Amino acid sequence: MSILLDRDSKVIVQGITGKMARFHTKDMLNYGTNVVAGVVPGKGGETVEGVPVFNTVKDAVEATGGNASLVFVPPPFAADSIMEAADAGIKYCVCITDGIPAQDMIRVKRYMMRYKREERMVLTGPNCAGTISPGKALLGIMPGHIYLQGNVGIIGRSGTLGYEAAAQLKELGLGVSTSVGIGGDPINGSSFKDILQWFEDDPETEVIAMIGEIGGPQEAEAAEFIRDNISKPVVAYVAGLTAPKGRTMGHAGAIISAFGESASEKVEILSAAGVVVAENPAVIGETIARVVRAKAA
Amino acid sequence: MDIHEYQAKEILSRFGVDVPTGALAYSPEQAQYRARELGGERWVVKAQIHAGGRGKAGGVTVCDNEQAIYDAADDMFGKKLITHQTGPEGKGVYRVYVESAVQIDREIYLGFVLDRSSQRVMIVASSEGGMEIEEISAERPDSIVRATVEPAVGLQEFQAREIAFKLGIEASMIQRMVRTLQGCYRAFTELDATMVEINPLVVTGDNRIVALDGKMTFDDNALFRHPQISELRDKSQEDPRESRAADRGLSYVGLDGNIGCIVNGAGLAMATMDTIKLAGGEPANFLDIGGGATPERVAKAFNLVTSDSKVQAILVNIFAGINRCDWVAEGVVQALRANPVDVPVIVRLSGTNVEEGQKIIAQSGLPLIRATTLMEAAERAVGAWKNDQSQNTRVRAV
Repeated sequence: MSILLDRDSKVIVQGITGKMARFHTKDMLNYGTNVVAGVVPGKGGETVEGVPVFNTVKDAVEATGGNASLVFVPPPFAADSIMEAADAGIKYCVCITDGIPAQDMIRVKRYMMRYKREERMVLTGPNCAGTISPGKALLGIMPGHIYLQGNVGIIGRSGTLGYEAAAQLKELGLGVSTSVGIGGDPINGSSFKDILQWFEDDPETEVIAMIGEIGGPQEAEAAEFIRDNISKPVVAYVAGLTAPKGRTMGHAGAIISAFGESASEKVEILSAAGVVVAENPAVIGETIARVVRAKAA
Repeated sequence: MDIHEYQAKEILSRFGVDVPTGALAYSPEQAQYRARELGGERWVVKAQIHAGGRGKAGGVTVCDNEQAIYDAADDMFGKKLITHQTGPEGKGVYRVYVESAVQIDREIYLGFVLDRSSQRVMIVASSEGGMEIEEISAERPDSIVRATVEPAVGLQEFQAREIAFKLGIEASMIQRMVRTLQGCYRAFTELDATMVEINPLVVTGDNRIVALDGKMTFDDNALFRHPQISELRDKSQEDPRESRAADRGLSYVGLDGNIGCIVNGAGLAMATMDTIKLAGGEPANFLDIGGGATPERVAKAFNLVTSDSKVQAILVNIFAGINRCDWVAEGVVQALRANPVDVPVIVRLSGTNVEEGQKIIAQSGLPLIRATTLMEAAERAVGAWKNDQSQNTRVRAV
């Protein structure tokens, strides 16, 4: 098993006719992802890489049974596309788009509250690299070959830092059950806490790795949640030890503005909750490997 | 994006928030003239910079005659004001705002922020206005009133009323306070602000509720739909290197160290900076050239990093995912051939086609220092910088 995404996921790509979306649709198909449809208003009837395009997500779902979606739509229209996916009954949506206004994301989150929790679409991102269940399916823009199939569940805010961690794990012969990018924006679809519960319930995942960074309350909230609800070992790394207060470090969400938001405070809070913290990015893989070995012993 | 106080007040007054009468001046003479236009007996001359804490830095002066206004403005123009929010380099004063003085009965702190826990707009208010919110939360935490707004319906009257009563506003003034709170909320959401702060919001001797100061920050991602807000951008208040980077689509933050960093991805960029520190060095900058790392972006990044005279070594750390390492390596080599740099350059590539990438770096004939792991890269960068310092000579790249 894996979480959120597997061989049975039927993927719809929203905004499939864009240059980047075409490229990654091909890449996802090559990886073995079951991409069943694309959606672009006004381009229904066309095909991209052999995938049929529909005008609306509802049409695409009706014709193909699509249950997961990948949003590649430009920032001004992305929030609308996420809500369209939720309304069409999509179960899991990844939004890649970087630069969605925060007010739009507030609206999206509020809109999704109209669905009962158990029926509500799971959203990860925006501004993320996507999700991969190695050997099964890829829903995003990450290079599939750096991930081995295995038992480590990864949750990360950053794309390339997540790749770094996966590559370190591969070097050590360790694989990943699912890697979920939750994105670098201040208002995002799922937090560390939300995804931690999925991994806790997944029999295939033995160790969970969290890759955090400065800014926002998510890591501190996750620490509390881990202490009370997670039985599996958790390893964490927090980027931004050298980041100054009050400056946005690339990600709109990476800005230290309150207590518990600096890297050192996050490390302290996570350690206190029993999380094993990798002290620098060069040893993320080694630290995870040590915890995996300890669990096996 | 930040705007000036006078601009924030102009915006807020359009949403029903009461502000003192005032006018902008670009010279001491104009400041005097503005005061004459405003009339009255007391005025406040306020330096317009994108930072708080102006009062303590000499950026706010109360005057009761025209000569005093001239002198206050003359003193402010061209000066670099250094406050706790500007950093040590300060911010230059090129505009002053002249306002009619207001008789203050009491001061209130009022702030609207994006609350990331509730994922809603949060109102933060305190009856202890005038102090910075950090001071208030340290010294008078129980004076702080917090409320989050349900985004589907906006700030309702009852909620605004609750806040007003908690702040101890007199019954006869409650309606005015409600109007102020609702006006700020509407300005926040309709204009895609990420922060609105009025400190202090004052109750005046003649029973008005007036915004004596005003600060607004806007969501850069939403500026596309607010051209009238984008026009308010004032580059004189930005770090020139950071604005130049932003105009080129790069994300750059200048720091105090001397090892320049060129990295793709914000998280990896922060992680690289942390590793440099761990290896005994100090990063000169944060720089995210974007996930793609195209040769054009690599070239722009080198230009930007070398424009910082403090930089004594450059560490390039690229994780090539979809883009292959060989292509990124070509970009680095081209950039350095076109614009040689005179500090050691350490290149660490990882990801797709890493061997081919390393080969291109090795065979380029450029004195590039290669590294395989992140730690090794940081250690070599710090080593190169220290070596460079001890020899007191610089290695020519070409």
